[in-house]
Amino acid sequence: MPDPKPWYETTVAVFKRHEIRLIPFVPDNVLRPLIGAIQADPFFTSFSCTREEEAMGVSAGGWMGGMRSIVLMQTSGFATLPNVIASLSVPFQIPTLMMVSERGTLGEFNLGQALVAKTMRPVLDALALEHHTIARDDELEFILDRSIRQAIATRMPACLILSPLLTGGKVFAA
Amino acid sequence: MPFATNRPLARAEARVMARADLTRRLVAQLKHEEAVIGGIGFANFELWGAGHRPQNFYMLGSMGLAIPIALGVALAQPQRRVVALEGDGSLLMELGTLATVAGLRTPNLVMVIQDNGTYQITGGQKAASETADLIGIARESGLTQAAWAADEADFDAMVAQALSAPGPWVIGVRIGTDRPEATTERDPTRIRDRFMRGIGTIR
Repeated sequence: MPDPKPWYETTVAVFKRHEIRLIPFVPDNVLRPLIGAIQADPFFTSFSCTREEEAMGVSAGGWMGGMRSIVLMQTSGFATLPNVIASLSVPFQIPTLMMVSERGTLGEFNLGQALVAKTMRPVLDALALEHHTIARDDELEFILDRSIRQAIATRMPACLILSPLLTGGKVFAA
Repeated sequence: MPFATNRPLARAEARVMARADLTRRLVAQLKHEEAVIGGIGFANFELWGAGHRPQNFYMLGSMGLAIPIALGVALAQPQRRVVALEGDGSLLMELGTLATVAGLRTPNLVMVIQDNGTYQITGGQKAASETADLIGIARESGLTQAAWAADEADFDAMVAQALSAPGPWVIGVRIGTDRPEATTERDPTRIRDRFMRGIGTIR
């Protein structure tokens, strides 16, 4: 068996297949190889924002202007988003895609992160949003591809949560 | 040209003008299907009141995101001028976006900041913009083409320049506390659909 591509290379390939070019983000250590690959590729327009809701606004504007987009963030950043999802993305039927690297579980060392993480899925469920947690390399491409297709077809936001099982997560150095 | 020759005015030196009149003056200069993102509340009520255009997008929530939404449209359609119409309270909620725009130097983006120093729609509570100079903050964020409009004629000239020369531009206007002349129709999917057709994204 050949080595599978690393998760971030598969992710970049799926973004390109779907013409997702606009990628605003708030930096995250686990997402660093993905952000690095995107920023090294002139196919993408990608830059850091000062807040996740700002990135959601940029993404919404890009979508309305005809440029497909996904917002990258970590769990604590998602926790700042219920207002913008409920007052911009959903009512205006803007299919904002979100990719969240999951902190707060499977070896988390920061209690603040662990508690914030507990709010993420209840918020997504309260807003009736499609969300998937991706834990395996062999499911990554299918889940990404189908979720992007569904979001665009139904004009509903979707959230893709990258489990530490996929990315390796962030571990306490000691 | 106003931005080039103005000694940057301090907020206190700018004339207090009427929001409705300034909005009509802005809309009157839009001849090339420029997109306008109306921030929440009275900023977009007055935009609606100035006469609906298919290239107008009216926010219904997500306070503070007029500039980020306009930035997204501007990046997606670099050939089109995009105007963000935002209130002072809203901008105070999302000041970081000035730094983001300054870093990107998006040339087709115009930001008009309407400042009356209060949260008028919620009962006129004092806003920090009464003491913090938002245009000064914009300039120090790296948006060098940011200035207060001294009066109506200055505003007209600044808009003309911002719609023709490379930006990003920030135009600050001090406004009074008159009630808006209209209330925006609140049908978000219709607003979004009309806007996307108005700027040619869908047909």
